[in-house]
Order: sequence, then structure tokens, then C-alpha cells
Amino acid sequence: MPVVYSLGLFIAILFIVSLLIYIVATGSHRLSWSLLTNFPSSNPREAGMLPAIYGTLWTVGLSTLMSFPLGIATAIYLNEYSGMEKLRSFLQINLNSLAGVPSVIFGVVGLGFLSYTLGLGRSILVGAILLAFLTLPLVTVSALEALKAVPDDLRFGGYALGATRWEVIKSIVLPRALPMMLTGSILAISRAMGEAAPILVISGLLFIREVPASPLDRFTVMPLLLYNWISRPQLEFRELASAGIIVLLLMLILLNAVAIYLRYRLSRRR
Amino acid sequence: MSTLISYSKTLKKRRLVSSIVHNITFIAASASTIAVVIILATLLNESLQFFEKVNILEYLTGTQWTVLFEEKKFGVLPLLNATLLSSLIALGLAVPIGLAIAIYLGEYASNRVKNIFKPMIELLAGIPTVVYGYFALYFVTPQLLRFFLPDIQINNILAAGLMIGFLIIPIVASISEDAIRSVPLDLRLAAYAVGARKFEVVLKIVIPAALSGIFASIILAFGRAMGETMIVAIAAGFRPILSYNVKESMETMTGFIAQVATGDAPYGTIEYSSLFAVGLTLLLMTYPLNLIALRVLKRWAIRY
Repeated sequence: MPVVYSLGLFIAILFIVSLLIYIVATGSHRLSWSLLTNFPSSNPREAGMLPAIYGTLWTVGLSTLMSFPLGIATAIYLNEYSGMEKLRSFLQINLNSLAGVPSVIFGVVGLGFLSYTLGLGRSILVGAILLAFLTLPLVTVSALEALKAVPDDLRFGGYALGATRWEVIKSIVLPRALPMMLTGSILAISRAMGEAAPILVISGLLFIREVPASPLDRFTVMPLLLYNWISRPQLEFRELASAGIIVLLLMLILLNAVAIYLRYRLSRRR
Repeated sequence: MSTLISYSKTLKKRRLVSSIVHNITFIAASASTIAVVIILATLLNESLQFFEKVNILEYLTGTQWTVLFEEKKFGVLPLLNATLLSSLIALGLAVPIGLAIAIYLGEYASNRVKNIFKPMIELLAGIPTVVYGYFALYFVTPQLLRFFLPDIQINNILAAGLMIGFLIIPIVASISEDAIRSVPLDLRLAAYAVGARKFEVVLKIVIPAALSGIFASIILAFGRAMGETMIVAIAAGFRPILSYNVKESMETMTGFIAQVATGDAPYGTIEYSSLFAVGLTLLLMTYPLNLIALRVLKRWAIRY
């Protein structure tokens, strides 16, 4: 019987391995530094992804600056402060609902509400806000788990010494929960880096020739540039897309390696 | 480490700080609720403008969707059909494979095997979806599917559905495994005590007991599959036709949104407001699924 069940694992692993082999086989010979430092071009030999890399760093960076504090504060409220069970479960249902909204709908609403109603345009800022709310449930849930993992005894010890709730959170709970929160937010960052659909809706398939300089500039991101290259019929663009995918995957692997290392280091210290 | 209590401040001040933080975190916690309200309000508001120009009955029952053509027809059924078709293909792949993985990792695999393979399965959800689309368009369709189905189109809903299937395997596998793992030991021991063998315990005791959790995982995966955009935009193409031939190119609801975004829909046009109507339709399909799954999981968590 176990053999039958292990077949599922086998198929899934076979799929991942063949996907990775295919990408590396078709793209590795196109890897070069100019891929990272050149601007997009209609000539596939010269085309690079520099503005898209900047766009990704801008949007993902800004979105992390929003989602990380927001998510941790939400988790602190839900786990440490909120007294009313009803209110808490109401807030949690909405958090879960947000997690279930398809990412492309974030794009549609961002275009209607942020770009046009609020007049923020099709800018980096709008992209960052969308990614922040897209990853907020992820950050919050991992922060919540981190807070729940801190034993109550420690909190009671703090209260017994006369500390207020905030003093207990700041000096006892957060220092212990932070490592786990960090790993959670790194996973959220890698989710944001791979997202193309909401950015496509607000940004379109723009041919960006300049490196964005402010959060109100128009932009493109790496997965979107890859989509652009994939949809071109020429073989050379297809290979370029493979090389670009390798770059994106390497960035994601690096991020996740950092997360695993942090978790390992910080869990050993305790 | 910082000092726990700052005795230089009066108790009144320290309590004030704590209650200010309380209020700040409450505002932060409301952010996701506000976001949900804004999402619903924006979709509803813009959709209302769409339905001022388009008969809602025509929208729900029409079989032609030609919003981007000269002569516009607004029947959403082709998009709806393609969305359901690709998601069902995805479930057809993900449910058996995901369940097999869940049972294997939850019941049979050693800890060592689990530690190696679980992250690899999670990797499926971590790969950017444009990569799946690319793989479908340039490898799965021309190299694999064409071998079995020589007349398959280069853009087709089958390859897109299969890729979405691999994407959602981790959802089915991890939630089902949690469900399987939390079936109480007593139940298993009781079955062993009356002479059942391992495979009988798994098939007749553990899986039936974990069924509601497994059900929830499938519902969640279904919702995720319907919302997937980049895979269908790349692999299934943009042909809004009502068909059941999985070898053909079709356009899903998300595919239509991507198509409009790729071109340029000027603000205020019917193409622009159709984005919101289609978005609302999609959300009305995925939102209830999500709520059902969460409710099932919650009730189930209370039971064990």
C-alpha cells in the first residue's frame, strides 16, 4: 500500500525536477551580467531586466515596510490585547477572507480605487500597497503563531512584577517571538516577488526604459517582464525568458535560504 | 535586554502608554477588515455602472463574450465555463496526488523522509506562476500532450488546468496531512485491537475520520484554482468560446482581466467597467468557497 501512496510524491517531484531541468537547459547559456544591467530592448541580444529588477525591489521593499509592522501589530492585538471573543473572531474572519481573494482582484480594485479614485496613478506606490495587503494575512498568521508559542508563564511573571501589558509585550513577548515572525515575513516577501497578476492589471505590459526614481513613477516587475518575453514568438526571447526565470528563482532561493538559516540559528540559541 | 519596568515614570503614565499601544494595534487589526470592505465596495460600485449599460440577465445567460470587438456581446458563460473547466482539470490532478502525498507523509513516511520531501512539495506553491505558464506553453503542450493528442492547439485549456493542478497540490497535501495527523490515537488503537491491519486502519478509520478536513482542503484548492491568472493567460490563450473540448484555446474570467490589462482599457469605457463585473463574478464564486472551508476546518478543530 505505501508504494501506491508514494507514487503521488514521485509524480510531484518528477514534475519539479523536469521543470527545473527544462528551465536551466534552455536558459543557462543566456545568463550574463548584461541581463542584469541592460534595459529591455526589442533586440533580444541586448535586452536586460534592470528596470524590472528595480521595480521589484521598490515594490517588494515598500510593501514589506507596510505589511510587516501592520501584520505584527494585528497579531499583537489579536493575541495580546483583544478581550472580546466576538470582535476577535470577526477580525479573524475578515483576515481569512482577505487571504482568499484572488490576487488578480487586488489588481482590479487597486486600479479602480487607488489609481483612479484616490488619484495615485499606475505607480510603484499602488503596486506596493497591493502587495502589502496581498501578503498581510501571511505575515499576520505567522506572527500570531510566533506569539502563541511564547508560554503564558513568562507573561504572568511580568505581570507579577507589576509590569503593564505593553511592558510585558515589549520586553518579554516580542524578543522571543521575533525570529519566528521574521521567517514568516520572508516567506511573504518571496510570495510578493513572484506575483505578476495584480501588477499586470495596474501597470499593463509597459516597455520601461528608465529606472524608476520615486514611488510615484510607473514601473514594471520581474515576473511581468518575463511574461512579456514569454508572449513573444521569437525563439531568442523564449531563451531570454528562461534565463530571466533562472535569475528570479535564484533570488527566491537565496531569500528562502536566509529564512531557513535564520530559523536554524535562532531556534538553536533558545 | 531592555528593562522591564521604567520606574522613572509614574504608574499612570505607564498605563497610558499601554492603552495607546492597545488603540494603535486595534487600528492595525482593522486594516484587513477595511481592505475587505473597500474591495467589495469598489467592485460593486463599478459593476453597477456596467449593469446600467448591460442587461444582467443577458450577462448571466449569454453565450457570447465579445467585449473587445466592434460588435459587443456581454454573455459571461464562455468565461465562466473556461474557469470551471480549468479548475476541474486542476482538481482532477491535484486531489489524487495531493491526497496520496498527505497519506504517505502522514501515515507511512519516516521523519527523515518527511523532512526532505515536505519542503520540496511546498516548493510547488513557491514557484512564480509565470514559470508554470511558460513550462505549459513551450514544454508540456508541444513535447508531451501533442504526443498523445496530435491535434491539440498550442494554447489550450488542458495544459493550463494541469499546471494549476500542480500549483495547488501543496494546499491539498498540507491541509489534508494536518487533518490525517490529528485523528486521535485512540481510534487507531481501537481498530488495531480488533485485528485491523495498517492499510485497513488508514483506509477505513483514519481517512473517514479526517474527511471533513480533506474536504476543506479541496474547497480551498478549488478557490485558489479559479483565481489563478498568469498560467491561463500564457497557456490557455484569449479565445472566449463556449466549448468542452479541452484541446482548444479558451479564455477564463481571470484570463479576460489579464487580456484587458495587457491592452489598454481607458478609464470609463465599457471595457474598463467590465473588468469589475467579471472581478465581482469571480469573487462571488471564490468567497463563499473560502468561508465554507474555514467553517469546516474550525468546527473540525473543535471536535478533536
